[in-house]
Amino acid sequence: MATREPEITPAADVMVRMNQINLSFGENHVLRDLDLNVAPGEKVVIIGPSGSGKTTILRVIMTLNRPNSGTVEIDGRHLYHEKNNGQLVDAGEKHIRAVRTDVSMVFQHFNLFPHMTSIENTMLAPIKVLGLSKEEARERGANLLEMVGLGDKYNQYPGELSGGQKQRVAIARSLAMRPKVMLFDEVTSALDPELVGEVLAVLTDLAKEGTMTMMLVTHEMGFASEAADRVLMFDAGNVLEEGTPEKILRDPEHKRTQRFLKAVLSH
Amino acid sequence: MLSGNQLQALLEGTWITVQVFVFAAILGTVLSLIFGVMGLSESRLLRAISRTYVEVARGASAIVLLIWAAFALPILLGIPQVIGPLLAGIIALGINMGGYGAEVVRGGILSVPRGQTEASIALNLNAGDRLRHVILPQAVVLMVPPYGNLNIEVMKGTSLVALIALADLTFEAQNLRVQAGGGVFEDPPSTAAIFGTALVIYFILSQLIALFYRWVEGRVGGRWHGART
Amino acid sequence: MRVVVAQASQRGVWDWDFALEILPDIVRGLWQTVQATLLGITIGMILGLVLALLRRSGVRLISWPTAAVIEFIRGTPLLVQLFFIFFVLPSFGITIGAFASLVIGLGIHYAAYTSESYRAGIENVVRGQWEASVALNLPPATTWTRIILPQAIPTVIPALGNYLVAMFKDAPLGAGISAGGVLLVANSIRSQTLRGVEPYTVMGILFLVVSVPAALFVRYLERKYGYERT
Repeated sequence: MATREPEITPAADVMVRMNQINLSFGENHVLRDLDLNVAPGEKVVIIGPSGSGKTTILRVIMTLNRPNSGTVEIDGRHLYHEKNNGQLVDAGEKHIRAVRTDVSMVFQHFNLFPHMTSIENTMLAPIKVLGLSKEEARERGANLLEMVGLGDKYNQYPGELSGGQKQRVAIARSLAMRPKVMLFDEVTSALDPELVGEVLAVLTDLAKEGTMTMMLVTHEMGFASEAADRVLMFDAGNVLEEGTPEKILRDPEHKRTQRFLKAVLSH
Repeated sequence: MLSGNQLQALLEGTWITVQVFVFAAILGTVLSLIFGVMGLSESRLLRAISRTYVEVARGASAIVLLIWAAFALPILLGIPQVIGPLLAGIIALGINMGGYGAEVVRGGILSVPRGQTEASIALNLNAGDRLRHVILPQAVVLMVPPYGNLNIEVMKGTSLVALIALADLTFEAQNLRVQAGGGVFEDPPSTAAIFGTALVIYFILSQLIALFYRWVEGRVGGRWHGART
Repeated sequence: MRVVVAQASQRGVWDWDFALEILPDIVRGLWQTVQATLLGITIGMILGLVLALLRRSGVRLISWPTAAVIEFIRGTPLLVQLFFIFFVLPSFGITIGAFASLVIGLGIHYAAYTSESYRAGIENVVRGQWEASVALNLPPATTWTRIILPQAIPTVIPALGNYLVAMFKDAPLGAGISAGGVLLVANSIRSQTLRGVEPYTVMGILFLVVSVPAALFVRYLERKYGYERT
């Protein structure tokens, strides 16, 4: 199917560009004419009430939910479309996979592969997708597990780890793909309160390192004000307001944002 | 009780039973995999073909399939000399097993949580690697117990081939009964001894199959399965 | 049954007139198979519940042999069990007709299966229901008949439906002991006319016409009532 969306020349300062994205699940219009640009290396935190569609943004970028209309570009390349005689047409699986190498995602419920040890979880995709040798993949995985503080858990299965440890393995697994963009979908929401800190510490380190583009859906306002470059308040399928963490968290313009923050912070 | 010759006859029948079971189980397993995976295809047509096979293979019942494969199919195909009772038995029981097995395969794959597929996409694995390295290793663990039960049902089902005059354990037992009643033996064994022995042999076979699949379950599951949360 | 005499060998591989001619007889046979199934499932449902309760008995002298019998019945073929009932029991002074043997055989065989379903249903009634019954000092009989079974049995109904369909598929085995039914009719047509293609094909199609909708209906019930309770 050809689309009439005008092709936008990729600017050097945009890593993720979402253009006029619409997505419905049946009657439920989750994303409405969404435009969103994220700069290379930028850390964007997305907040908003549940059901506002904020997770769906990440899922669209990860190709887990295909938008009904609109375009997504990653580092200047169309994700869902490819050019054919100067026209944008729906991309095939091969094209999508080529662009998707730049993106990875960490999930609320970890989604670790239960039949593989920590190190095997980090090795599978680098070997199968990036073509690394076993030794290279093992070294890369080991370094990353070390980095997230799990240097002693290489050979544990996910079922033998705590929630916080699982999530750190999942982060290492995604980092092993060396993506340009990392998506974090409520990665601390399924954790017991005392385990949240260890995962946030890893995320803060990653954010401070600087080079990777990160998009995070989270309710951790402390983390947002410390590590985010920009905070987006999302409501009813689009961005209600955005700005620096200081601006949005301390002095939001919209009543809706004030009410939301009050509910989250008192909780 | 049974004389040595009579026991010998039952054991020879048991050997036929085992052969029919093994070959039917092989055919049934191949059909299970083909139609089970086809049932999960994105193509509507392939799904419909799989569905039709599953409903007919199960709905027709082992006995009706067997009789038809033995006495109608060879004539319809014009090859009565090719399809003997052994082949008819294997075909009918294998097709019947495939109908149930396809559901085991499909159910096993569907039971793997959706998050596993999503994580595979987030790591950019292609469809083949996703199925081979992520979905199937987990699905197989879920499939083994029902697949083991299905094997026991197929083994029990092999007794039906006695009705198309294949000399399996059940047929030999029947044969001994007829000979006993016909005054073939001076000291005829009681029908209780004949059928009792046959039942015990079948029970041993089904326990061996159950034991084997419990062992397989332990092997494919390994440490991760026990630790799964 | 009418005897169909024909010069079978002179006709083609498939004879429509012959197929139509034998249709009523085969339908009648199928009806007998259905009857055997309905009678068999009645025994299977009642006996299965008895076996389930015996197996749950606190007295090991009762529960262990029951478990062994259930395991043995499930681990051996129905056909041989039918032979046992029909040919062996007479030497112990119990003579049962072929059709009754089929019905009893089906009933006992499937009782071993339904008992496991009942057991699962009973075990799924939450512990709090037992504790509440104790707290109200209900006598055991009342606890079972008014509290536990009314909650357990509805959860078992989809499984019983599946066994009903499965039993229908096994009921033609009665032909092995000359018990009436669709296969016995088809067999006798074949032996009288020397033509097997038509009777067995007609039998197969009629069989599917009954069993596939029945299976789909049971699955529909399962989806409608099964998930709500879990």
